[in-house]
Amino acid sequence: HSTSEIIILKAAEFKKTKIDYTGTEPSSPCNKCLNVSWDSTPPCTCTINFTLEHAFESNVFMYYGLSNFYQNHRRYVKSRDDSQLNGDNSSLLNPSKECEPYRTNEDKPIAPCGAIANSMFNDTLELYRIDNDTRTPITLIKKGIAWWTDKNVKFRNPTGDGNNLTALFQGTTKPVNWPKPVYMLDSEPDNNGFINEDFIVWMRTAALPTFRKLYRLIERKNNFQPTLQAGKYSLDIAYNYPVHSFDGRKRMILSTISWMGGKNPFLGIAYITVGSICFFLGVVLLFIHHKYGNRNTSADIPN
Amino acid sequence: MPEQSCSPCGSAASLALSQCPLSPQYTLWNFLPKNLFEQFRRIANFYFLIIFLVQVIVDTPTSPVTSGLPLFFVITVTAIKQGYEDWLRHRADNEVNKSNVFVVENAKQVRKESEKIKVGDIVEVKADETFPCDLIFLASSSTDGTCYVTTASLDGESNFKTHYAVRDTTVLCTDEAIDTLTATIECEQPQPDLYKFVGRIIIYGSNQEPVARSLGPENLLLKGATLKNTKKIYGVAVYTGMETKMALNYQGKSQKRSAVEKSINAFLIVYLCILLGKATVCTTLKYVWQSNPFNDEPWYNEKTKKERDTFKVLRMFTDFLSFMVLFNFIIPVSMYVTVEMQKFLGSFFISWDKEMYDEEIQEGALVNTSDLNEELGQVEYVFTDKTGTLTENSMEFIECCIDGHKYKDCMAEVDGFSQPDGPLKYYGKAEKSREELFLRALCLCHTVQIKEADQVDGLVAHPERKYTYISSSPDEIALVKGAEKYGFTFLGLENNFMKIRNQKNETEMYQLLHVLNFDPVRRRMSVIVRTSTGKLLLFCKGADSSIFPRVQQEEIQQTKVHVDRNAMDGYRTLCVAFKELTEKEYDRIDRQLNEAKMALQDREEKMAKVFDDTEADMHLIGATAVEDRLQEQLAETIEALHAAGMKVWVLTGDKMETAKSTCYACRLFQTSTELLELTARTVGEGDRKEDRLHELLLEYHKKLIQDLPKTRAGLKRSWTLSQEYGLIIDGSTLSLILNPSQDCGSSNYKSIFLQICLKCTAVLCCRMAPLQKAQIVRMVKNTKGSPITLSIGDGANDVSMILEAHVGIGIKGKEGRQASRNSDYAVPKFKHLRKLLLAHGHLYYVRIAHLVQYFFYKNLCFILPQFLYQFFCGFSQQPLYDAAYLTMYNICFTSLPILAYSLLEQHISIDTLTSDPQLYMKVSDNAMLQWRPFLYWTFLGAFEGLVFFFGVYFLFQNSSLEDNGKVFGNWTFGTIVFTVLVFTVTLKLALDTRFWTWMNHFVIWGSLAFYVFFSFFWGGVIWPFLKQQRMYFVFAHMLTSVSTWLAIILLIFISLFPEILLIVLKNIKEKNHQAGPFDLPVLVSYKRIENGYVKAEDAVTNLAERYPLRIP
Repeated sequence: HSTSEIIILKAAEFKKTKIDYTGTEPSSPCNKCLNVSWDSTPPCTCTINFTLEHAFESNVFMYYGLSNFYQNHRRYVKSRDDSQLNGDNSSLLNPSKECEPYRTNEDKPIAPCGAIANSMFNDTLELYRIDNDTRTPITLIKKGIAWWTDKNVKFRNPTGDGNNLTALFQGTTKPVNWPKPVYMLDSEPDNNGFINEDFIVWMRTAALPTFRKLYRLIERKNNFQPTLQAGKYSLDIAYNYPVHSFDGRKRMILSTISWMGGKNPFLGIAYITVGSICFFLGVVLLFIHHKYGNRNTSADIPN
Repeated sequence: MPEQSCSPCGSAASLALSQCPLSPQYTLWNFLPKNLFEQFRRIANFYFLIIFLVQVIVDTPTSPVTSGLPLFFVITVTAIKQGYEDWLRHRADNEVNKSNVFVVENAKQVRKESEKIKVGDIVEVKADETFPCDLIFLASSSTDGTCYVTTASLDGESNFKTHYAVRDTTVLCTDEAIDTLTATIECEQPQPDLYKFVGRIIIYGSNQEPVARSLGPENLLLKGATLKNTKKIYGVAVYTGMETKMALNYQGKSQKRSAVEKSINAFLIVYLCILLGKATVCTTLKYVWQSNPFNDEPWYNEKTKKERDTFKVLRMFTDFLSFMVLFNFIIPVSMYVTVEMQKFLGSFFISWDKEMYDEEIQEGALVNTSDLNEELGQVEYVFTDKTGTLTENSMEFIECCIDGHKYKDCMAEVDGFSQPDGPLKYYGKAEKSREELFLRALCLCHTVQIKEADQVDGLVAHPERKYTYISSSPDEIALVKGAEKYGFTFLGLENNFMKIRNQKNETEMYQLLHVLNFDPVRRRMSVIVRTSTGKLLLFCKGADSSIFPRVQQEEIQQTKVHVDRNAMDGYRTLCVAFKELTEKEYDRIDRQLNEAKMALQDREEKMAKVFDDTEADMHLIGATAVEDRLQEQLAETIEALHAAGMKVWVLTGDKMETAKSTCYACRLFQTSTELLELTARTVGEGDRKEDRLHELLLEYHKKLIQDLPKTRAGLKRSWTLSQEYGLIIDGSTLSLILNPSQDCGSSNYKSIFLQICLKCTAVLCCRMAPLQKAQIVRMVKNTKGSPITLSIGDGANDVSMILEAHVGIGIKGKEGRQASRNSDYAVPKFKHLRKLLLAHGHLYYVRIAHLVQYFFYKNLCFILPQFLYQFFCGFSQQPLYDAAYLTMYNICFTSLPILAYSLLEQHISIDTLTSDPQLYMKVSDNAMLQWRPFLYWTFLGAFEGLVFFFGVYFLFQNSSLEDNGKVFGNWTFGTIVFTVLVFTVTLKLALDTRFWTWMNHFVIWGSLAFYVFFSFFWGGVIWPFLKQQRMYFVFAHMLTSVSTWLAIILLIFISLFPEILLIVLKNIKEKNHQAGPFDLPVLVSYKRIENGYVKAEDAVTNLAERYPLRIP
């Protein structure tokens, strides 16, 4: 049972906060943004204040979560071109048929093509600590959120002369729903284009219709201060991503992580249950065996 | 005569080994299309072809490769197997068909390939060559127009048979002479009976009238037979190619299908229904779900133009097909090929079995078909021949009686021949002349031949003697040897003169005029000889029943006493009679015989009539008693079969008394067995016998069936109390029951008879004709519940019942090889039946049953998560697993462990199985493939499928399972499920394996290692030919997460938990009952009988308590 105890203990250390900012309730500050569309400029912004009861001691991971969003729908899952994303120049200009109907726009190939890329999550979340009415921005690290292999091998920008992404993506057009082309996703060159980590994270399709994706990291600065102290915080949202039309929900999640990953009560409960059943059965069987065995030797001499 | 081309056909050698159609099916050119066509006629293959085509045409969730590759694999393996078998046939054929023969054309010898022989060609065959087609014998190098052939490769009889040339052509013994012959041959349509032929040759001489001569089997040289002791012969081809008797004999053998295959088909239908059900449910729910527009087409996931334009009905249909494709793996594609390989490879274990190897004949068991291995474990009725099967068929002359005086060798010594004049014990003495007449009769009335010692490979070899006797019947050899013991030695046949050395060491010569051959209907044979003094004598020997009515009635009485007593002792008795013929009588007989032989129509009947007339008014001289020793371990074997719940029926052509004593000797009947007799003795003779028979039937029926409910009350102890019944019936009574004279109520009596038969533990049918044997087998086979029947026999007369029964077993006995050639399995001795059924049959059944259930199970829990996943992906047919996993699951990851298991598993050791026959009942009635075990496996599969899916589902409630917070996607989800799946089904098999060999270890752990290796490899490379790199590093990432490891281990454990629990429970039960089984009285009959029938269920529950599975 030691394993399950450890799992339980570990689970107890988890800190987790979930904030739903869909804005369906009229009282919600984001209610005004509920019916945004893709091209609304300037973006609708809203702010949600919340309080952390306990301090988050270790590194904190910031996720966004979506519900009722079928990233695992077959038409959606296959609507991508991995060779284009791998930097293949011919696929860049001639994307796979699988990307239909997000393959071309106005006779120009879309880069990155497909429904997944087209529907990339584009809310911007910012976190502030409110300390006596002063808003201190919390540093959100946007690198290190994608799989290393994805970032370095599977996703590559097209190659060509020079490093000017704009030139490399010449001849392609941006996905229909994107405000900016892919080579303007980020200012840093090693996080721009196809190797933008937000993009890579989005491209890994989720298994279930309710899912979360890693958005930012909040690193612990020093040993004397918790990463996030208990207290008041506010979440600033640039609300671009419409989910109301398909009855979806959006969440922001702050969580700490142990060596086992994020908080997951399932394993602990399951291990404890199975362990106790085994223990119980073991005792019962041992008892039966003991009793039967004794009786057998004494009384069961045939006829 | 019509021109007949000689199509290719197989050689005798290949026929002996395979039951396949005779000619090779394929040529190099038509192999591919024809083989493919044949394979796709199989329903499962066709189904997968359809699925494959659907995948090619319709936009389906999985690529055509996923079902195309396994199908290709299955088709290739089967094609290789069939191609190999066909190649073997081709090779064997080429030996025969391409072999060179000499055909006489225009007085010259022309070399031809044997397949090019046309009907009407004159063929020259030299000594020790095989006849290339069926020939009419025209002339031979010997002037008397005879030749000797051996038909060992046709019917296994190794004696030399004499064939006669047509009288008028015997002189044409050179190429030139034979070319001058002008003749027409008329012959009957080709028919398979080797021993029948009717034809006529009309010879047009240069000047004279055309001469017509009849042709019989003695003129016909059969393809496959070998010419012996004759320099060369000429013959004209009458049947060639597929029309030869040999070819006809091996054609059209009906394919026997095992009961397991029927179960498989039933299960397949269930799974097909499940598949259709799943597809329907998903399609319906999909449209229900999609009725909500934001589900149907949310902004992030728009349809293509094509999709929008398709009609709704068509779209629904495509969706349905797509779901079918997605779930089609529930039908185990590779099961058929695995079953086939299991049977093919598994049959080697039977032929390799050292315990079934017989030193004497230097041969082991022979497997003619591998399709029926598991049927050996299901046998309920054993039909056995007596002579040569229960007995050794090595005959020994025991005693004789001459005119009622008994003569017995007082040294009851096996080899009394070393002292030819050994002391005899006389019980009174007959006249010297009668004695000598009797012994001469024994020396003359037979068809024994002398074989020089240097070419001994025959039946009985005596190194110290210069010659051996060969005969198709061992009785005759025993009799000739018996006569030799008393001083009369048969020296052989020379130019139609039989030489005998008498007691005074003088050589007597007798001219052999006619041989009235033995046949099973007449049950006697006769010879007509002329003594050196010119007297004409007819000697006849045969069964008492066929001799007694033909001799002077007053002579019978004294001999009958002896015959009956000998029969009671289990000896085979023959009576010897003679009569003297006057020249006039002989002339008449000679003429009649020749006339009958010449007859073109009804020759058989005419011959029979002449024989009947000739063999009348004879004088009885005496009788002989020949012992046929019981086979070793016969009683043990029979008892074991009985204890295993099988019912043993003896079907013999022998006398009732002889057969009955054999039955007692082999404990088929025990002293406590109450015998019910339906024979000529109890039924009586005359007009009233049918009524009397019906009375008896009703009486027995009442006794066995109506009165039995009373014993049910005392069921607990019934196995000691209940009465066992045995039934004896003879051939004539049987035909009275089966073919009654008047129609009224006939079928009623037939069913009453059948009911009586089924309630008896042992049935003895004596005086059976070969066809009646088959009739009995068919009758039992077609009863309610269609029990599995097994026939075992050694002689040509058993072939019909061997072919009729579900499983036919041949004994490699002394009466030739016909039985073993027509059988499904051939063993050297009856005792080998015990191991064949109790050990091999049981194991094969358990193995294949487990294989079948496991296949369905592993595919159910493979596909069920994929089905459940549809509920979470909007019924969009998104596959849960990667295409590579879908493809490889059945052909790579989980195929070899089950194959190894199904070849090697011994859930109970072979020794236990053979020594404890009751274990056989555990698997009787197809117990492991009934609906209950099927449901158990199905529920197990469903349970595991649910555990796999929902376990991982709950795990994925938080998909950041890595310690760096990164998130897993849908492919990781599928890979976790798949990993748990592969490990669970493989470990489940490991839990089931009771008999571990290095091979099991190798394939089980090897498969798992291969899976891990493959997954790393598959995910480790960006594959240039793939459109999607969805598996890239998924597996490796999955393994970096501790939670995943914990979850995988937990889920495997939960899935296997029911199994482990069962094993533990059984283990405890076993320990508690360890003292149980061996205290039971062993020699008393074990059977618990209710209504005279062993209740399998009781027995099984009883057994389950006493013989739990061995668990290490």
